[in-house]
Amino acid sequence: MIPVLLGVSLIIFVLFNLVAGDPTAVLLGKNATARQMAELRETLGLNKSAFAQYLDVVKSAFTFDFGRSWATKQEITHMIRQGAYPSLCLSIPAFFLSTVFSLIISLFVAYYRGKGIDLFIRFLCIAGMSISALAYILFFQWFLAFKLGWFEISGFEFGFPDFVPYIALPAIIWILLSLGPDVRFFRTIILDEIYQDYVRTARAKGLSELTILMRHVLRNAMIPIITYVVIQLPFLILGALLLESFFSIPGLGGMTLNALNSSDFPVIKAMAILSSVMYIIFGLISDILYTVADPRVKLK
Amino acid sequence: MKKNSIWKDAFKTLSKDKWAMISLGIVLIYSLIALLSATGLIAADWAQEVGTSNLPPSAEHFFGTDIFGRSVLTKVIRGTQVAMSVGLATSLIAIPIGVILGALAGYFGGWVDDIITWLYTTFSSIPNIMLLISITMILGKGLFAIYVALGATSWVTLCRLIRGEVMKHKEREYVQAATAIGGGHMRKLFLHILPNVSHIVIINTSLQFQIAIKSEVILSYLGLGVQGEPSWGTMIDDAKLELARGVWWQLAGATIAMFLVVLAFNLLGDALRDALDPKLKGK
Repeated sequence: MIPVLLGVSLIIFVLFNLVAGDPTAVLLGKNATARQMAELRETLGLNKSAFAQYLDVVKSAFTFDFGRSWATKQEITHMIRQGAYPSLCLSIPAFFLSTVFSLIISLFVAYYRGKGIDLFIRFLCIAGMSISALAYILFFQWFLAFKLGWFEISGFEFGFPDFVPYIALPAIIWILLSLGPDVRFFRTIILDEIYQDYVRTARAKGLSELTILMRHVLRNAMIPIITYVVIQLPFLILGALLLESFFSIPGLGGMTLNALNSSDFPVIKAMAILSSVMYIIFGLISDILYTVADPRVKLK
Repeated sequence: MKKNSIWKDAFKTLSKDKWAMISLGIVLIYSLIALLSATGLIAADWAQEVGTSNLPPSAEHFFGTDIFGRSVLTKVIRGTQVAMSVGLATSLIAIPIGVILGALAGYFGGWVDDIITWLYTTFSSIPNIMLLISITMILGKGLFAIYVALGATSWVTLCRLIRGEVMKHKEREYVQAATAIGGGHMRKLFLHILPNVSHIVIINTSLQFQIAIKSEVILSYLGLGVQGEPSWGTMIDDAKLELARGVWWQLAGATIAMFLVVLAFNLLGDALRDALDPKLKGK
């Protein structure tokens, strides 16, 4: 875990500190004097040796102290804390519902495996995955919110239940977007189990197909499903970049895209570090959950 | 009894699969369009006005015209060139890195494996979208940055798959036989083992190609992609403002064009996997 964290910091350091070049000219504009530039370099810590700068990146991965934004001059930690709430308001319910729906649908198609309905839903999944996420968002926002007026077109309000009307449509689009890949993946996992010997034994002793599916197969399929679900959790913090920007939700995804438009390097750098750290931590959590789902697995 | 090679068998299975052949046809047509556009034989005059502003689709202008009166169909073709070039360049960067690192890690094991595993674990720990955004932002907007960014993110899967396969293969009898007649490491790895795991490259490339196309559309939409030329992503970006005024054809053109080729690559990838990796059949 620590070597990976050091590696991630290294990649981010190489990208943002070595490849990106000197930011002072960008920050101060064309008329900056050499003295101003030197002072700014000093405050940004760019006069330190490369190794010291690398250590700064590593340190920020532990302390979450990312300095200030270039565009808004705010503390980035403060901005992240502010943006996390709207992001999570959207991502947690959407993620939970999409996972439940996908599981139900994939159990359903696994039950009817090889039949027409299975083929049809599989094709629907692939076809759905082949349409750009942008097209879904644009179309539904235009059709359901603008044309029919069923939903709020954009915006956000803090506090439950005020935010519900604002996240309803983005959440529906999120669920639609995740159904394709999720159902395909869960179905593969479930079918992996269905041809195992213990399933044949269960059938031989006269259990109904439904009981086998719900009680035996699902339990055994849980390990890969848990990994798949847990490993996605860090992305919930990031929210949905595109959804947040289309629906003007002031979350972390929207913040990242704003930073992108204003070339606000420290914010992008902070989000890259934060999301990687989250990813590594949740990878560890999913390893621990293995042992809960399957006592045979022992942590090394 | 005459035994066919895995490639011959696979080709026979594929040629019987109607959907796989249609998909292959679509991929070939897109490649041809991209090639013709890149050489300037078609769609070179995409910037030219062909009618009034925002004409709806008609027999004359299949996908209508955009706000400047340019043919949306010609822009779609130009966008095809961009999308296919991104898929191709990404593969050309990702395949050598993924295959060589994966093969070395799987074959030699030990500290070589440790280092390479560390490298790809590190790369896969940074969420793809953040890495893509960071690289394109730092290298500056444009196609080159997109090639590099997608190349840097897409070698990881291939490397992991090749590593696993090579690990399995290095203990097989044919490799032992090669050792017995005095074959060196490089000979065994590149002449004997790699051809036997190369089907993974083909399957993976087919699936990575469509991921690259989808990513290019999103990055171009974010304004990080090709500049001063139409791409499906920038067309969708234009559509964002046009849709409220009822101008839907630019969105439709770009979406349909992308849908067909991505679907074709998806179906082809699945069919290739079924044909070349029979133990995964029907999954």
